[in-house]
Amino acid sequence: MKLMKKWMMLAAATTCVALLPLTSLAQAQAPIRIGSTLALTGPLSATAMTHKLVGEIYVEQLNARGGLLGRKVEWIVKDDQSKPDLARTMYEQLVTSDKVDLLMGPYATGAILSAMGVAQRYNKVLVHHTFGIPSLSKYDMAFPAWSLGADPGNTVPNSVFDALAASPKPPKTIAIVTSKFPSIHFMSLGAREVAKKRGLKEVLFLEWEFGNRDFGPIAARVKDAKPDLVWMGDIALEGNMLLDAMKKIDYTPPLHFHTYPAPGPMTKSPEGKGAISLTIFEEHAPFSDNALGAAFIKVFNDRAAAARLPDTTVEVQAAASFSAWQILEAGIIGAKSFDDKAIAAFLKANRVDTIHGKLRFNGPGNYGDDLMKIKQVQNGKWVVVWPQSYAPAGAKLQVQ
Amino acid sequence: MTLPSFNLLAQSILSGIFIGSLYGLVGLGLGLTWGLLRQINLAHFGFVFLSAYASYHMASVWGVDPLLTLLILPPLFFIFGVGMQWLLAKFDITPFNSLLVSFGFTVMIESLVQGIWSADFRRLETHYNELKFVVGGLYFPVPELITLLLACALCCAVWAAMHYTDLGKALRAMAQDGPIATAFGVNQKGLSLVLSGVCAALAAVAGICLALTFTLTPSQIFAWVGVVFAAVMLGGLGSAMGPLVAGIFIGVSEAVTMAVAAPSWAPIVSFTLLIVMLLFKPVKST
Repeated sequence: MKLMKKWMMLAAATTCVALLPLTSLAQAQAPIRIGSTLALTGPLSATAMTHKLVGEIYVEQLNARGGLLGRKVEWIVKDDQSKPDLARTMYEQLVTSDKVDLLMGPYATGAILSAMGVAQRYNKVLVHHTFGIPSLSKYDMAFPAWSLGADPGNTVPNSVFDALAASPKPPKTIAIVTSKFPSIHFMSLGAREVAKKRGLKEVLFLEWEFGNRDFGPIAARVKDAKPDLVWMGDIALEGNMLLDAMKKIDYTPPLHFHTYPAPGPMTKSPEGKGAISLTIFEEHAPFSDNALGAAFIKVFNDRAAAARLPDTTVEVQAAASFSAWQILEAGIIGAKSFDDKAIAAFLKANRVDTIHGKLRFNGPGNYGDDLMKIKQVQNGKWVVVWPQSYAPAGAKLQVQ
Repeated sequence: MTLPSFNLLAQSILSGIFIGSLYGLVGLGLGLTWGLLRQINLAHFGFVFLSAYASYHMASVWGVDPLLTLLILPPLFFIFGVGMQWLLAKFDITPFNSLLVSFGFTVMIESLVQGIWSADFRRLETHYNELKFVVGGLYFPVPELITLLLACALCCAVWAAMHYTDLGKALRAMAQDGPIATAFGVNQKGLSLVLSGVCAALAAVAGICLALTFTLTPSQIFAWVGVVFAAVMLGGLGSAMGPLVAGIFIGVSEAVTMAVAAPSWAPIVSFTLLIVMLLFKPVKST
């Protein structure tokens, strides 16, 4: 009996030893799970679909080149229905119930702020795509992919006015008309201050609530004020609606800047001609000189067309989204670990090469340099016109 | 606050009249079903946008003149309206439940629109966009004029039908006391179907006007609910002329606020007016 027991114990031990490599192999092959939400439905869905497609492309490419530290990547994306409160609940679920290994940020400032709170509670790294109000980013393990700098209310208007000052006909008067949408409004207020400091005479300042329908009276007031430059603190279609209203009273502003216009409609509309805006990436050299950038442009164009996305070009949203995944990958590879604290420490100490530039995360709120460029609608396309080194050959700011 | 020039004020008032007429046109069908059928039909907004997108598609893809769609879409939407009312009648839905059910229909229509035309912004580019009259320095864009004329014509036609036709009289009787009206031979079920069809057809006309004057995106369906509700409630439930008058009143008030004070104050105008009117409007004794 004793002999029998010995034999059985020996057999069990042998089986365990034999299975050990298989178990560790299985562990090595278990995918690393990255969780996030996106506004797949609701008012922000049109833009969020861009982020979803970019995420899918990136994860596919990442897995094709072996994944992260030898493990395949599985991306779990949930629909936050464009609601920041729901985003918060879903990030809680991702951490506590789905038990994801890492987090990726959602789309739009409100949802990112919600996700940041959850990430902070669980000490998770949160790389986010397009957070519009850097002063609200207080979590030290949150990393922005959208390089608008720590103080865009100051740096962005200065870039715009620098570009215009270098044009053949710099503006002397300005009308600032702005939506009260949070990530827009503070920048318009910054533009007021910067304009004053630079000696631009403010002839009109107006604010409207997000969701305004009738732009006729605003257009009439701008026409009455006769500014050289109209700073439109607009988001999505607001700029198109205001330009439409201006056209109806036979008015074309000499120069018009738009903060965050819907990129497609502005280029397609005849009134959008000459519109000036901000960008971090456009589909032309020198951005497309980078092999990775060029390859991404091609695959995104094809996949976006197949997915029937509103805009099939790579610009701010797609580039910021791609950069976010690049930052997370760089953090993991650099830290040689999936540990959130190690990843955060690496990112804070190192610059990360992305398709829209080299980013650093050691400034206030982990923001680095303001890499925003000035673009203009020329011949139905957005073209970077400032700084000149980012403009395609022969392109420069056109002033009427 | 600075005093605006006469031209600025007049142009702003015109702008308010134009957008107010659209509020009235959208509110016309909503107010009729609410007042006469006791149904708060949120699907009306869905129908407006579905028609706007259909008109956009017919004009920009098939090359149909947008005004010709006025002959095609309202009859088609009449059928949709009848179908929806038939479904609602099957389940004997209360006014409150009609709000929930029709909200469900609206969400379905929004998804349908998004599925067919995507969430992209759509703008109906027609030669009408270029047309305008200039009188004494004031601009009268043709698409907005068309909206105003259609709104006035349809509101007058509905008012006349309600007062001078047997059908209109029967509808008003049915709204006042359904069982008694039935006792006098009014076919309540049939009339409800006709009225729903007419309201959906009116939504189709409003949608065509919307496509002529605004850029479309599916999520904007709900952006119109508040102000149109205010116009309908101010104008009176079941009233033909009321929503138009109230809509123009709201539109002009908003526009003057934008011209004289700050555009950001405009959204509170419609609801302030609504609250003030509800506080002071005399209640009709029955």
